[in-house]
Amino acid sequence: MKKILVYGYGNPGRQDDGLGVSCVKMLKEWAEKNFPGTIDVDMNYQLNIEDAEKISHYDKVIFADASCENIHQFAYTTIKPSDAQLEFSMHAVAPAYVLYLCRSLFGKQPVSHLLHIRGYEWGMQEGLTERAKENLEVSFHAMTGLLTDYLSDN
Amino acid sequence: MSKKITIEPVTRVEGHGKVTIQMDDNHQVIDSRLHIVEFRGFERFVQGRPYWEAPVLVQRLCGICPVSHHIAAAKALDVIVGAGDGDGLTAVGEKMRRLMHYGQFFQSHVLHFFHLSSPDFLFGIDGDPAMRNIVGVAQVHKELAVQGVMMRKFGQEVIRLTAGKKIHGTGAIPGGINKNLSIAERDELLKGPDPLNADKMIEWSLSALEFFKNYHKQNHAKVDDFASFPSNHLSMVRKDGALDIYHGVLRAVDSEGNRILDDVDYHEYYNYIEEEVKSWSYMKFPYLKHLGKEKGWYRVGPLARLNTCDFIPSPLAQKEFEEYKAYTHGKPNNMSLHYHWARLIEVLHAAEVIRDLLHDPDLQNEDLVVKGKKQKEGVGVIEAPRGTLFHHYKIDDNDLITMANLIVSTTNNNEPMNRAVESTARAFMNGQETITEPMMNAVEVAIRAYDPCLSCATHALGQMPLEMTILGASGRILDHKMKD
Repeated sequence: MKKILVYGYGNPGRQDDGLGVSCVKMLKEWAEKNFPGTIDVDMNYQLNIEDAEKISHYDKVIFADASCENIHQFAYTTIKPSDAQLEFSMHAVAPAYVLYLCRSLFGKQPVSHLLHIRGYEWGMQEGLTERAKENLEVSFHAMTGLLTDYLSDN
Repeated sequence: MSKKITIEPVTRVEGHGKVTIQMDDNHQVIDSRLHIVEFRGFERFVQGRPYWEAPVLVQRLCGICPVSHHIAAAKALDVIVGAGDGDGLTAVGEKMRRLMHYGQFFQSHVLHFFHLSSPDFLFGIDGDPAMRNIVGVAQVHKELAVQGVMMRKFGQEVIRLTAGKKIHGTGAIPGGINKNLSIAERDELLKGPDPLNADKMIEWSLSALEFFKNYHKQNHAKVDDFASFPSNHLSMVRKDGALDIYHGVLRAVDSEGNRILDDVDYHEYYNYIEEEVKSWSYMKFPYLKHLGKEKGWYRVGPLARLNTCDFIPSPLAQKEFEEYKAYTHGKPNNMSLHYHWARLIEVLHAAEVIRDLLHDPDLQNEDLVVKGKKQKEGVGVIEAPRGTLFHHYKIDDNDLITMANLIVSTTNNNEPMNRAVESTARAFMNGQETITEPMMNAVEVAIRAYDPCLSCATHALGQMPLEMTILGASGRILDHKMKD
């Protein structure tokens, strides 16, 4: 059985920035019920360099994050390793950068994807906006479909 | 015509920052400012919330140093629940908090040195930008890059096992903690598979120090002269003068080492510290009241802590401290790049403290919380990785917060960072007709030494381009660059 990690990041205390973490919590519950023992989950405020070591132990990694880009509800993209400084702060790093570090330092390159879920408000409050909740539901169902297919094939 | 150069935002520091350098017609630097867009709404946000929520609420402030805010808030609320003035917790209560705090300290410092600053030392601030990052470090010193990653991981594990979880940890609560450390958890950190154990962290901390000292030996002038300027220094120290990042009294010294704040009670910080507002920055400028705005500003953080304390209470770090102090003949160290040296000594100290705490059987005690007569007001102060952090709360009869005041570490370093920018700008940009990437980076190196955490912004994708603007005196844009 291939090892899968679903990793949500963001600050749930900043409204829709908690979308990634919320999605991963839902996926955790779903996986424990439908595919027990097959999917590991993790979550944090943001990605950082030590995550390069973490993902080196998996075959497939799905990062989940909020997005303020103009996408329709959600997007699911494949990540290629990149050393581009996508974010100006190195206190937090981008998924492609984590993947790049993983390959550079640990010689591993798990198949990696990024689930971007559209968010709208980023204030200092707990709880998602209504529109973000809708996007969360849609993206969650899409992810369960993808994961079901993947687990059935592997 | 004078021109204005704007670097926005500063790379590799947290949050948004913008550097403006004003030059005259002869390309001489005439002024510089570090503008920081700091979120100012938090203190109002917590008003009306039950006080016991504060240690979790404050973690919304920042995803980088949530543990620092968590512990500082909990210390303030210890006072409110009648658990003493910062030293009244049970043994397990205080030691678990210390373990959490030193874990955060360790991982934060490690990230800063290995992944933000070491590229500048390895490749030089005028080195190839494509190499001057951790990826470049990985190419030429893979073992150094791997060490940084694994040391970060160890620190994060200490936090996870003490705070309970990575996001919105609840380890510290008013009057104590909500969990102790089980034997299994202790052994995970103490006897974990190589390299994830406390002994290896000490070994690697020593090798990181050697790395810095070797670089320093070969580049004395470059390191010592860079953004060097005299200042006051402030930190908390233990009552006997030892370095202590969890509890103590406030001490400040001037650039010559004269005591200008003599071990005062931090609960009365407002009697000693004032904050100035300047029209061009959202971030305030703290200073010591009795010295005034011009003479009372001070540095905080690793450099300041090693200037104010008398000794370090762990043997290996103390030995390094003695060598460090000897370099300035016992006088305060006023060299900005020596922040890195001081930071690495603190990394070693943190590793030693973590190891020693893990051997302490008090961590398995069950008496987690103490409470006494409720108070209406509490102040909590800790030494966060970046410097002294103040949390101050007042509550009403319904246990709701009516007032909150926070002075964060980076705010304490506001004036010094501005001075560092100016010093660097004059050294690197005077007389230059074109602005090169190494010049820009030199300014950033100066700021990075202070490891500012400029209020953590929501990090949703696609928000963080690098922008550079050159403005004339009239405000006309002379040049504009975007780096993404």
